[in-house]
Amino acid sequence: MNYADEFRDPVKAKGVLGAIARVVDELGATKEKPIHIMEICGGHTHAIFRYGLDKLTPPGLEFIHGPGCPVCVLPMSRVDECVEIAENPNVIFTTFGDAMRVPGTKKSLMQAKADGADIRMVYSPLDALELARRNPDREVVFFGLGFETTTPSTALSILQADADALTNFTIFCNHITVPPPIKALLDDPHMVLDGFVGPGHVSMVIGIKPYEFIARDYGKPIVVAGFEPLDLLQSVLMVLEQIRDVRAEVENQYSRIVPDDGNPVSIAACEEVYEPRPTFEWRGLGEIDASGLRIRDRYKAFDAEVKFDIGYGRNTVFTAEQEGCACGDVMTGRIKPHACPQFGKGCTPEMPLGALMVSSEGACAAYYQYGGLELESVE
Amino acid sequence: MNQVARQPRRVVADKITLAHGGGGKAMRDLIEDVFTSVFCPPGMEDQARLMDAAITVPGARLAFTTDSFVVSPMEFPGGDIGKIAVCGTVNDLAVGGAMPLWLSAAFIIEEGVDIATLRRIAASMQKAAKEAGVSIVTGDTKVVGKGSGDGVFITTSGVGVIAPDRNLLAQTVQPGDVAIVNGVLGDHGAAILAARGDMALDTEIPSDCQPLNQLMEAVLAAAPDTRVARDATRGGLASALNEIADAAGVGIEIGEELLPLRIEVKGVCEILGLDPLYLANEGTLVVFVPEDQANAALAAMQTCEAGRDAVIIGKATKQHPRTVVMKTVFGGLRIVDMLVGEQLPRIC
Amino acid sequence: MCLGIPGKIVEISDATRKLAMVDISGVKREVNIACIVGDEPLENLIGTWSLIHVGFAMSRIDEKEAALTLDVLRQLGEAQEEIEAMRASAAMLEKTS
Repeated sequence: MNYADEFRDPVKAKGVLGAIARVVDELGATKEKPIHIMEICGGHTHAIFRYGLDKLTPPGLEFIHGPGCPVCVLPMSRVDECVEIAENPNVIFTTFGDAMRVPGTKKSLMQAKADGADIRMVYSPLDALELARRNPDREVVFFGLGFETTTPSTALSILQADADALTNFTIFCNHITVPPPIKALLDDPHMVLDGFVGPGHVSMVIGIKPYEFIARDYGKPIVVAGFEPLDLLQSVLMVLEQIRDVRAEVENQYSRIVPDDGNPVSIAACEEVYEPRPTFEWRGLGEIDASGLRIRDRYKAFDAEVKFDIGYGRNTVFTAEQEGCACGDVMTGRIKPHACPQFGKGCTPEMPLGALMVSSEGACAAYYQYGGLELESVE
Repeated sequence: MNQVARQPRRVVADKITLAHGGGGKAMRDLIEDVFTSVFCPPGMEDQARLMDAAITVPGARLAFTTDSFVVSPMEFPGGDIGKIAVCGTVNDLAVGGAMPLWLSAAFIIEEGVDIATLRRIAASMQKAAKEAGVSIVTGDTKVVGKGSGDGVFITTSGVGVIAPDRNLLAQTVQPGDVAIVNGVLGDHGAAILAARGDMALDTEIPSDCQPLNQLMEAVLAAAPDTRVARDATRGGLASALNEIADAAGVGIEIGEELLPLRIEVKGVCEILGLDPLYLANEGTLVVFVPEDQANAALAAMQTCEAGRDAVIIGKATKQHPRTVVMKTVFGGLRIVDMLVGEQLPRIC
Repeated sequence: MCLGIPGKIVEISDATRKLAMVDISGVKREVNIACIVGDEPLENLIGTWSLIHVGFAMSRIDEKEAALTLDVLRQLGEAQEEIEAMRASAAMLEKTS
């Protein structure tokens, strides 16, 4: 058992798809009047397209692609700040590959690298730590990007740097949290949502209780889902069954990895290292209260915002969306990618206008790459 | 008349300096000691003067190709920049239906490179050339200052002969034609990623770098109506398929569960969020053959060392012209688009 | 922020810094195991599976829960096969009647 292949078994998929079709039928949902289920997490968006799940589920089920893509919601001003830090000659700027191509107002990190900045892709903040140890005369900065899945790894890296008394390692902290934008979407009177597929890996850190407000206050079902195709399909089935049975609960499909109470070590490390910012800017969603994290004062030696006097709240420049960019509307599920007037014309993966076309899990990139088109098999 | 035998020239230094590119004695010694004594080109004139009977056959054509090679690290499990330079050019000729004959090799070397490294690269090139049955007949050497190059850049050009009855053209692919690959996908791309060390992955995946001309000859003998062959180098199998679909105006459908993959390459892709369809190969090609010659072509490939793991992966179709589509292990369909830029590791 | 893959711990490489070697389809990588260590000795983790994300083992995989989930999925599969068999036989009956 490698815990991956078993959850990609196409034979079992038939069973779940059959059950999904039956419930969608029972609910009387059709292409014209579908059930709207939002998959919150960008990783789920990617999996849906990569396995063609949207074409296997009945037309009465519509996936609304949520804002759980940290690259997609990254405002251009954050990218500009990254570039500014990276262009310091003494800095080694480290980042996950995902952020390299996001456009800033002048350039992306990829372009800054081509212009000579020392920008390096890493798989883990631990690799950035190692770079700092090996290059004591350089300033190593790690771009801390991501939701709660990734906040503990950054926090633990800061704690390790503290234990090692490193003086040349800082984090440019842009971590954000999932529940606040969900609440913002639920409060939007224009949003039509019948249920949620919840972010499995965020939940392995924070547990399932933080989503209780969705069921309790808004009466919507949410099922925390794994990332293999069978996980997604089973979660969709569980959401549909709740809708059919007029229930609104938080359920955990990903129980093999998500403990109901989350991971105590991760939660403690985050509590130790971070505090919530009063507000934070989300591309396409505006400012959302208590949705971003910053490094606590006692760890300011590892805070790039302090070291370089930069970042959200310090001389922040709010950049307006590019002319014609509809990322905000797509991300909140108001329109589908191909309804954006720029899709495939002024905005393509080669020349992206907005982040949804850059990020591999952005809905637009997924549509463009994997095809939101009607496809028929030759058989 | 007696000719006094000349002593073979020997390089004295152990690192390349600008003098080695200066056109004087240092350069002459470098060229002879490191390159020509290994490649043994016919005659010692600046130009190679060559003949092969195959050229004189009425209807035969010359094939001519060129490629530049830049890879970091220069040496990696399964090969080095020299081996991929020779195999790359041999394969470029072979997929066009040509019998490769002669290669040129031009080197741009950064100041400070170890001479020992150059010797290993030259030996590797000669070994690959012998295996492919070609000769390296002419070349050039330049040296650039430290920081102006990335170790060694190699440009190889190759000449081959296409027999009169051969006409491999992407445009000739028709719906119903079968797509066959000669082996596992993505080994080279994964090998380089792992060898670079940035991702700190501990694995010894070897590059698939190998010459494919003998394999092509076997396929063309068994399946004379083969439409086209393409080596799946930069951009991976996906790019090769998209080029063919576009040129021929057909759709292509492949099956995900048919794609041969080394399990460690799967592992690297899962960890870094990469798609093996886009990873580079240096010894893997795809051919399209008419349906009634598919089994013969497959069997012919499997008799070759380079085609042991050959497998049918899909076919050309009338549907969705100019688009490559993959049936996922799940039965769903997804488009396999051309790569945009470079494929980057991701964590999302 | 979701790319995580199950990996098996094969060696403890640095007990003080809580680092271990993990094997994912034959590819090895050093990861931090702080999130999954309990009171037991680190060696007990060898042979266990965890979800690996950005170089950290984030959560132990609960084998019992995995088996339960697969069981539910298998049952759905069997139910579907029954339904299809019933449909096929009903269609056959229609043809012959």
